Amino acid sequence: MLFAVSAAATVAFTYWNTKRALDAQTNQIIEAEITGLSEQYQRQGLQGLTEVIIGRSVRGGPDLYLLTDSRKRAIAGNLDGWPAVRSHDDDFVEFNYQRRNGDTMEIRRARGRVFGLAGGFQLLVARDIHERYETEHLFTTTLPWTFALMLMLGLVGGALISRNILARLDSINRTSSEIIAGDLSRRVPVTRRGDEFDELAGNLNRMLDRIERLMKGMREVTEAVAHDLRTPLNRLRNRLEGTLKQLDPNSQETAGIDAAVAETDRLIATFNSLLLIAETEAGVVRETMTLVDLTAVADGVAELYAPLAEEKNLTLSTSLGRGAVIEGNQNLLSQALANLIDNAIKYTPSGGRITVSVAETANGIELAVADTGPGIPEKDRERVLGRFVRLEESRNPPGTGLGLSLVAAVARLHGAKFTLGDNHPGLRASLLFSSGGSRTNAPRHAAEAASKAPGTFASNS
Amino acid sequence: MRILVVEDDLEAQHYLVNGLKEAGHVVDDAADGETGLTLALSRPYDVAIIDRMLPKMDGLSLVSEMREQGNSIPVLFLSALSDVDDRVKGLKAGGDDYLPKPYAFVELLARLDALMRRRQPSAVKTRLQVGDLELDLLTRTARRNGTAIDLQPREFRLLEYLMRHAGQVVTRTMLLESVWEYHFDPQTNVIDVHISRLRAKIDKGFDLPLLHTVRGAGYMIRARA
Repeated sequence: MLFAVSAAATVAFTYWNTKRALDAQTNQIIEAEITGLSEQYQRQGLQGLTEVIIGRSVRGGPDLYLLTDSRKRAIAGNLDGWPAVRSHDDDFVEFNYQRRNGDTMEIRRARGRVFGLAGGFQLLVARDIHERYETEHLFTTTLPWTFALMLMLGLVGGALISRNILARLDSINRTSSEIIAGDLSRRVPVTRRGDEFDELAGNLNRMLDRIERLMKGMREVTEAVAHDLRTPLNRLRNRLEGTLKQLDPNSQETAGIDAAVAETDRLIATFNSLLLIAETEAGVVRETMTLVDLTAVADGVAELYAPLAEEKNLTLSTSLGRGAVIEGNQNLLSQALANLIDNAIKYTPSGGRITVSVAETANGIELAVADTGPGIPEKDRERVLGRFVRLEESRNPPGTGLGLSLVAAVARLHGAKFTLGDNHPGLRASLLFSSGGSRTNAPRHAAEAASKAPGTFASNS
Repeated sequence: MRILVVEDDLEAQHYLVNGLKEAGHVVDDAADGETGLTLALSRPYDVAIIDRMLPKMDGLSLVSEMREQGNSIPVLFLSALSDVDDRVKGLKAGGDDYLPKPYAFVELLARLDALMRRRQPSAVKTRLQVGDLELDLLTRTARRNGTAIDLQPREFRLLEYLMRHAGQVVTRTMLLESVWEYHFDPQTNVIDVHISRLRAKIDKGFDLPLLHTVRGAGYMIRARA
């Protein structure tokens, strides 16, 4: 469009200037004629002027003359009558006149000037500008068409080009979204045009190859580590248990080995948590995302921890909105919530209250655990998400120190925002899940996976 | 019981086999998938314990093949792999239970017992009884020695599970999985608190304690002391 407008402006400018130049040229010629004629008039009076005009009139050509009396009656000249004049332009007039051309009378265009003489006599000196006039006319009629054509071409061409670009960008964007959602096997399509877009696509694909290799490597390492570390841990525990069987249950040795078994179990729990966090962060869990009812999850986990809270003289209450369904991993979400509630119970002093809530907010669905404990000072809120970080280093409370790390990893996996805030007083830990998940591209194993596992155990005979 | 153990880690295998024999079972063992399959299809077993990672044929394929050949004995998977996704895979392949390594031997025994129980065809029960404790499954009520006991729905389910496994050790993990349907490991022993509440309701004030704590293992409901 920009192109069309600027082109049209250029053309119009050119036309305007040309017209002015040509007009000026014609004017000059006419002026010259008039000057000459006026000299004649001054030297030889009306009579002489008339003769000159007659002489010039029969010459033919583009020059036109008309000498009239005060009543506009023609005295001499090659115009039939005083023309109906139209525009006035510094005493210059343009008009149509008739000329014989063979057998026909044609209407032509002329430009001239009126000169007043003594006694009311009028002299009109003009020049035929018909060819030029026609050209002008042609120009002005075709100009709008030309402009329209250019505009259309510009628009269509621009649209085609941008559509092509947009289509290429769109295909890159779409593939990227699918990859981000978890399908690492996808690659950006590359055409054979060899242009910049193909180069971009090629680079992206090489990056994706690398990432896929890394993730595969990570998964293999994780599995190898799992197997290699778990096997000795298994044996360690087995040996300890085997030794226990040979001992007198009330002896000191038994107490010692019991303690060793407990430590081993702690070690195993830490190891399992670390592995779980690593896997969650690597996103290897994506294949088992199902539809999860957060309200049900919160209800269940809160109910599990309710007696424990009561034991410690804490009030555990829930505030659950209905039907908050997201796509996620039920197990990990339950574990994350359990960690938060567990922490709340652990750190809130007797007489306090803990509230578990699920609510639909403007920004998505929020799952939160708020307590009236000491809270976490703002400067430490980032730090506690790291592995093994505990705020009161000296006391060594139970647990692995990995609770919040896991919550952070689970949040990240679900694309949720994990915030540690102030409950005035106390801590308010919240997970904000965006509604209408970005995980719609991930494969679903809806009721199938979710119902098989628990169902197998629940139906006891 | 006749048990088939398919485990390639020899030390773990010996420990397992010995432990099971000591518990009074008859045990066969195999150290790779193919041998395991041959044994499973050719001899009668009551239950099989199969490790996920095996040479020659992995555990999942082994069980799939068994199922395809019409063998439906209960299978307990053991696995050193992470149990986030793999439990589902194991169950899909035809396994009945799944125990991640490292595991406590008592846990394994308890689960084997549970698997065996499930196996035995029994009429659908409407009442459960241990000693003078009665559970009416239709009206969802409990009575001991004629006195009605007020139980929350979850407490009822907990008691029901214990009573269905009367005389057997029930581990905390089993309870978490069956009564709450959770497959994670709560750091603190939340289960213990639920149990002590239940115990307060059904044992307090009665002369014979029914709900016992089995040291290092879990709980059991039993009419003997």
